[in-house]
Amino acid sequence: MIEFTFWDILRNLLLAARWTVLLSLAAFVGGALVGLVVLFFRIAKNKWSRRIASGYIALFQGTPLLMQLFLMFFGLPMLGLRIEPWTAAVLGLTFFASAYLAEIWRSGVAALPQGQWDAGASLGLHYLQELRLIILPQAFSITRAPTVGFLVQLIKSTALTSIIGFEELVRTSNAINNATFEPFKVYGLVALIFFVMCFPLTQYARTLEQRAAAH
Amino acid sequence: MGYSLDFGWLAGAVGAIARGAATTILLIVVTTFVGTLLSILGAAGRRNGPLLLKRAIGVYVEVMRNTPFLVQLFFIFFGLPSLGIRLDPILAAMLAMTLNMAAYTIEIVGAGLDAVPRGQTEAALALGLRPRQVFVKIVLPQALKVIYPALTSQVVIMMLESAVVSQIAVRELTYEADMLQARTFRAFETYFVVTMVYLALSMGLRRLLVSGGRRVLGAGVS
Repeated sequence: MIEFTFWDILRNLLLAARWTVLLSLAAFVGGALVGLVVLFFRIAKNKWSRRIASGYIALFQGTPLLMQLFLMFFGLPMLGLRIEPWTAAVLGLTFFASAYLAEIWRSGVAALPQGQWDAGASLGLHYLQELRLIILPQAFSITRAPTVGFLVQLIKSTALTSIIGFEELVRTSNAINNATFEPFKVYGLVALIFFVMCFPLTQYARTLEQRAAAH
Repeated sequence: MGYSLDFGWLAGAVGAIARGAATTILLIVVTTFVGTLLSILGAAGRRNGPLLLKRAIGVYVEVMRNTPFLVQLFFIFFGLPSLGIRLDPILAAMLAMTLNMAAYTIEIVGAGLDAVPRGQTEAALALGLRPRQVFVKIVLPQALKVIYPALTSQVVIMMLESAVVSQIAVRELTYEADMLQARTFRAFETYFVVTMVYLALSMGLRRLLVSGGRRVLGAGVS
């Protein structure tokens, strides 16, 4: 039997944490791109486009992420796609993030006064230019705090991908725990690593919030 | 390569799905009541308690909010027995969910308490109410009314998060889905049906909380 010292455990967990970070980043970038598309639909002038986007958001916010991951993992192979845990994890978290980010940014767009649109139109800008030059920059800037807050939620959500077999921090910790039978130490360390990743972001979101409130 | 969907297994699975849903509902009901109660105590303690208690509650909130629920669950279910505390899966799930929810709702309730104007407390004290009466009868009802929508969202989020407790073999909705798909080999269809059940549960829960809240909180406070 192999003996695990404290440093072995910590080193293996930190190596696995790289995948947690990478997955969080991939899902955040992917979620932002897809979320932008959903946002366009959500604030479009066409009533049906808005309804479809609302339905999309309600679907992802009204079902457990674990189920979304399972459907991704078992559903995509039916379309003839070869799928592995990491593709299911990235895709599942991307769609999950897109729904939340679109809703956060929509609230930013809704918070802008109508005058911003009117001013853009009176300058002769067409719809896309108005969005790109006037509306979206302001909407992103006033929703920076909830966006960072969601990133924290996303990092924590990557833990669920261990259940569909993605080798990140939690899955590695399960394996280490099965070998060492020291759950208190192992899961305590995992919690600590997550805390170290999330807490600075939480504090940053709080600072942004206070700065916004001061204005 | 063709794949045809098959929902033929569904007729025999309704009982299992209903049982699982009932357990999920039980979990969220217990969590909502105990969690809200804890968070009222926590929020009050964080504002008026001794310094050490304030600090401890602050640390508790930050730790729970910055670590994944799944890890908290594993820590409680697998980690606590090494301290001699051995819990049933369902009790461990309830404990983890309650502790997790309380961390979020302490912040929410606290925001509500801060939103009640100071004059309300002063007026009540001037009328000769004891401090505890002032809190329970004057400040808390007004605070709850302000934060009710946020509290509702948190309950729904917690209900969705409870899918994770299937991992410690609590026989709730997701666990039943895992069992069903292992038996029928119809993984996608099973999880699709169960996802729709979750969607219905979250929509129903939200509607119930909104109408119930209007009835309870709308009357007492003007």
